[in-house]
Amino acid sequence: MTELTAPRTARSTWRAITQKLGSDAVYTEELTGTPATRFLRHVVLLGLGLFMMYPLLWMLSASFKPSGDVFSDTGLIPAATDWSNYGTGWNALEHGFQLYLFNSLLLAVANIVGNVFSCSITAYVFARLRFRGRRMMFALTLGTMLLPSHVVLIPQYVVFSKLGWINTYLPLIVPAFLATNAFFVFLLVQFMRALPMELQDAAKIDGCGAIRTYWSVIMPLTVPALATVSIFTFIASWNEFFGPLLYLTDQELFTVPLALRQFIAAEGSSAWGPMFAMSVLSLLPVIGFFFIGQRYLINGIATTGMK
Amino acid sequence: MVTLTAPPRSRTSAAPAERSRRRRTAGQDNAAYVMLIPWVIGMLFTLIPFGVSLYLAFTDYNLLQPAEFVGWDNFVAFVNDPKAMTAAEVTLRYTFIAVPVSLVAALGVALLLNRGVRGLKFYRSAFYLPSLIGASVAIVMLWRSIFGFDGIVNGFLARFGIEGPSWTSDPSWALVTLITLSVWGFGAAMVIFLAGLRQIPRMYYEAASVDGATPVRQFVSITLPLLSPVLFFNLVLGLIGSLQTFTQAYVFSGGTGGPADSTLFFNLYLYQQGFQQFDMGYASALAWVMFVVIAIFTAINFLVSKYWVFYND
Repeated sequence: MTELTAPRTARSTWRAITQKLGSDAVYTEELTGTPATRFLRHVVLLGLGLFMMYPLLWMLSASFKPSGDVFSDTGLIPAATDWSNYGTGWNALEHGFQLYLFNSLLLAVANIVGNVFSCSITAYVFARLRFRGRRMMFALTLGTMLLPSHVVLIPQYVVFSKLGWINTYLPLIVPAFLATNAFFVFLLVQFMRALPMELQDAAKIDGCGAIRTYWSVIMPLTVPALATVSIFTFIASWNEFFGPLLYLTDQELFTVPLALRQFIAAEGSSAWGPMFAMSVLSLLPVIGFFFIGQRYLINGIATTGMK
Repeated sequence: MVTLTAPPRSRTSAAPAERSRRRRTAGQDNAAYVMLIPWVIGMLFTLIPFGVSLYLAFTDYNLLQPAEFVGWDNFVAFVNDPKAMTAAEVTLRYTFIAVPVSLVAALGVALLLNRGVRGLKFYRSAFYLPSLIGASVAIVMLWRSIFGFDGIVNGFLARFGIEGPSWTSDPSWALVTLITLSVWGFGAAMVIFLAGLRQIPRMYYEAASVDGATPVRQFVSITLPLLSPVLFFNLVLGLIGSLQTFTQAYVFSGGTGGPADSTLFFNLYLYQQGFQQFDMGYASALAWVMFVVIAIFTAINFLVSKYWVFYND
């Protein structure tokens, strides 16, 4: 195999730059193959990438097309631009779309707060403290990752209904405050184990108890991992369909996914333009968070397959 | 006074004497237990329902009247319920096609990206993004429309003189449409593969090419064995996730599982029985059938893994 290497100085500069950028350093070390095969690789990757992105681009373009044109005008650039789709879609349901956006945002924020605090406290205890039953408890946590959520669904629903929580946000928020997301606990444990032990000793000398050490020493150092947890929580909560479908019945409480679903039921297939307009709006926050937090997301998902 | 001791990095590094001294510091135990209170409640809230749902599976229960014990009736009903069998078949067919195809796509793209490509970040994002939004209502609706009879897929096929089927309303194609949506979300598995590929020391390949091993040989003899734990991980998670598909099926068919029950996924049927018919006893039985099936698949996976998953350490 032909090895094509850049001049030494350029390469080490490049390495220095990429190392500053963090984890991506390892990915850019070596470019293998002849220029021709490398070019071919880009052609294949670009083609595939375009293929992957095409549905999203098409949806964006469809959101600006008059409803009648959505399928007859096949181009990505609309022949006629209809800005009114956004206005029509916004007001098509019982409440303006701002209410659904607000509801979704409220749930997402509550879930982020819940997961960040409950999972990080739990992870701290598992990663940094010694106590009886620690290993067994941690194993139990990991075990719940393999448990299909639908097995516990019906009794949980019964409990929530006995508590009078149906048609409130409580069933969608409270579990987040109880460290029920084993994956996040695991992620944070892995991260906290890597922090130097001297920190904890220093805190001890300064007279910190376990809780104080968590709050003033470990938690601030865990911020990158907590960012990962927050972004994953945001995306999961924003996309969540099943929970709200099960627990919410009042239009006033509906989240964006339920509203979109309602939209399709109410308007049928005639209002394509407004439907795609609202679909685009519903995806924008997720895509926005994705671009802001890419590195956290990718490191977060990449670590799940490793030990 | 709370005593704080740093846990050793590995399980074995603490001397036994030191460990027993730690054990006696009850203060630390107490602090740990206090901080675990949310976790304990959360655990109870998972484990108790787990037991209760097993009990409910043997009852007739509609949420309003008290549960009435009926023995194995629900499971007998399940075996004789053609719709439940259809649901199981749809779910298994979907899983057995979507999971392998996604894994092959994910591995293929990961290999391409692993070759040291400029613009890696850009490509990785383009492939990863769909997996984050694939289960959202907007994307499922988008899929339904692009595969509709007048949709862009058939428009594209028409350019080559092919008349595409009516994907969404033809029972033999509707599931294929959902499979393509699932494969479109291969990006998460790809990122994990890519991280796995990066763990393989380069020197193995250098040594192999000195010995004259072809790229194919290198892939079979180095990449695949060393990547097998990651492949195993992706396979197990892919299977579990895929068997539990709900949103796609619900949104795609408007909650019916149509056309002609061709997208009646097991979870969707469970939802219909439990929360539309309020037959919660039967729904619990269905949930337990699913749990047992998932457990069997996972167990088989773990047993078979002995023969093909290679751990380097």
